[in-house]
Amino acid sequence: MKLTEHQVQHVARLARLALTPDELSKYGAQLSAILDAVDALSQVDTSGVPPTSGVDTSELEARLRLGGSTPHLREDVVAGEVGAKAALANAPQVEGSSFAIPKVIE
Amino acid sequence: MIAALGKALAEKSTTSLETTTTALTAAKRDTFNAFLAIDEAGALAAAKASDERRARGATLGPLDGVPVALKDNILTEGVVTTAGSKMLANFTPPYDATVTARLKAAGAVILGKTNLDEFGMGSSTVNSAFKPTKNPFDATRTPGGSSGGSAAAVAAGIVAGALGTDTGGSIRQPAAFTGLVGLKPTYGRVSRAGVIAYASSLDQVGPMTRTVEDAALMLEAIEGFDAADSTSSDAKKTSWRESLRSGVKDLRIGLPREYFVDGMDPEIERSVRAAAKQLESLGASIVDLSLPHTKFALATYYVIAPCEASSNLGRYDGVRYGHRAADVKQLKELYERSRSEGFGSEVKRRIMLGTFALSSGYYDAYYRKAQQVRTLITRDFEQAFQNVDVVLSATSPVLPWKLDEKLDDPLAMYLMDVLTLPCNLAGLPGLSMPCGVSSSGLPIGVQLLGKRFDEATLLCTAQSLESALNLKQEVR
Repeated sequence: MKLTEHQVQHVARLARLALTPDELSKYGAQLSAILDAVDALSQVDTSGVPPTSGVDTSELEARLRLGGSTPHLREDVVAGEVGAKAALANAPQVEGSSFAIPKVIE
Repeated sequence: MIAALGKALAEKSTTSLETTTTALTAAKRDTFNAFLAIDEAGALAAAKASDERRARGATLGPLDGVPVALKDNILTEGVVTTAGSKMLANFTPPYDATVTARLKAAGAVILGKTNLDEFGMGSSTVNSAFKPTKNPFDATRTPGGSSGGSAAAVAAGIVAGALGTDTGGSIRQPAAFTGLVGLKPTYGRVSRAGVIAYASSLDQVGPMTRTVEDAALMLEAIEGFDAADSTSSDAKKTSWRESLRSGVKDLRIGLPREYFVDGMDPEIERSVRAAAKQLESLGASIVDLSLPHTKFALATYYVIAPCEASSNLGRYDGVRYGHRAADVKQLKELYERSRSEGFGSEVKRRIMLGTFALSSGYYDAYYRKAQQVRTLITRDFEQAFQNVDVVLSATSPVLPWKLDEKLDDPLAMYLMDVLTLPCNLAGLPGLSMPCGVSSSGLPIGVQLLGKRFDEATLLCTAQSLESALNLKQEVR
């Protein structure tokens, strides 16, 4: 499918990417070509086929059905804290113990 | 090599400090651009600690004192981890990935971090924001990718083994291009906690080594359930080394018709078919088989992976870590400019593609459809594995290309991954190992795919083939 420049602009906005006019036209053409190739999927009869989300949950579900415990679900307790200092260490801008951002409320 | 080095350390013919010092010198002199960071102080301290343990008779196991390298999308506490992106050029992780912690617990010496295509997106390591990695067999050619730095570091003999990650072939294809063994474990076998996410339902960490035995040794150190990864499995650990000796007699090995694709390099096809013949002569039976949905794997992958990537990479907003654009006045501008400046063009392309495929009005036609076809691809394998134990094919349909080739057409680049993608979509274990050398002196890799959680059969088959072929391929 051919993407219009308006569509490419819309997708860039959704993705929070500020693209240059050059990038917009380059990505527009490339994405259209990739989507044309991807359209091959429409040839496949998938009626009644369940989607795979990728994570194999059969093992977990079997355990839960049996009422057993599972190592996949831990107690809801705090674990693996890194602490505020370490958590802020990579922040581009910090104020006190907070991440600093430009003002959002006038 | 890990096993050989372990023996030398045990016999006290070398020390970890000596080995590590040699490796550090080689890493610093490396002209293939394998490394993004070398942790000299950390490596020397770990080597000394290993030698002290050995002196006390408290050695931790076969990896104790052995220098290894990690792909730079695997977190290392206190050592900059960039994922090959300008976005994370100055990111110092506050904790270790589970696989990093497990290697340290096994006594391995982490020498440094290796180059990759940005966030794992690519098959050449040319998409690194920092530098392209070169193939040690021919420095004008790609080592493959995205784990190209790990591949080059091991192939050049700097480290005995390295970890890579594999979302659509990123361990196996560079292993094939550099004459190594590369293993992508079954999805869930190895924890992804602390591994910078690309496509979470496909990503898996695995070893890249000179021998099959070494791959088994590294897998043993990193595998197993981890409470920090909800998709990690508590499938039983096997003693891989025991399975290495059981041979291939009566094993059924399937050659999928659809994997011998048009346009495949004839030298590769010959070499791969010869490997199958070799296994047959060792007592395995060769079975012709069909995986009918193979031709849709590429399209399926290039919907699912970008969709997951667009979601995973949403976290890079210039607020908590990563690149932040200068002189921004508004929050939205902060997000947009930080992301546009921090991400490279392939990453932006995949974010755009994924965002589009997940956007209102297109989700069912693209993302849901791809998830359904993914089910059919998985079913193809389930059916095949009723009749065979291992599926054998080439790892890559082409030899390593020149570093400056094929950069302009993303679709042509994506086609190179066609033989490795289905394994990730189905969550299967996959292994690439050397099976020959081209007339131009470049390594050729054969790929073995197995049943879920049946790495034992893969390793055993690979070991038998390795002994039978007895390739002595070294970087000149």
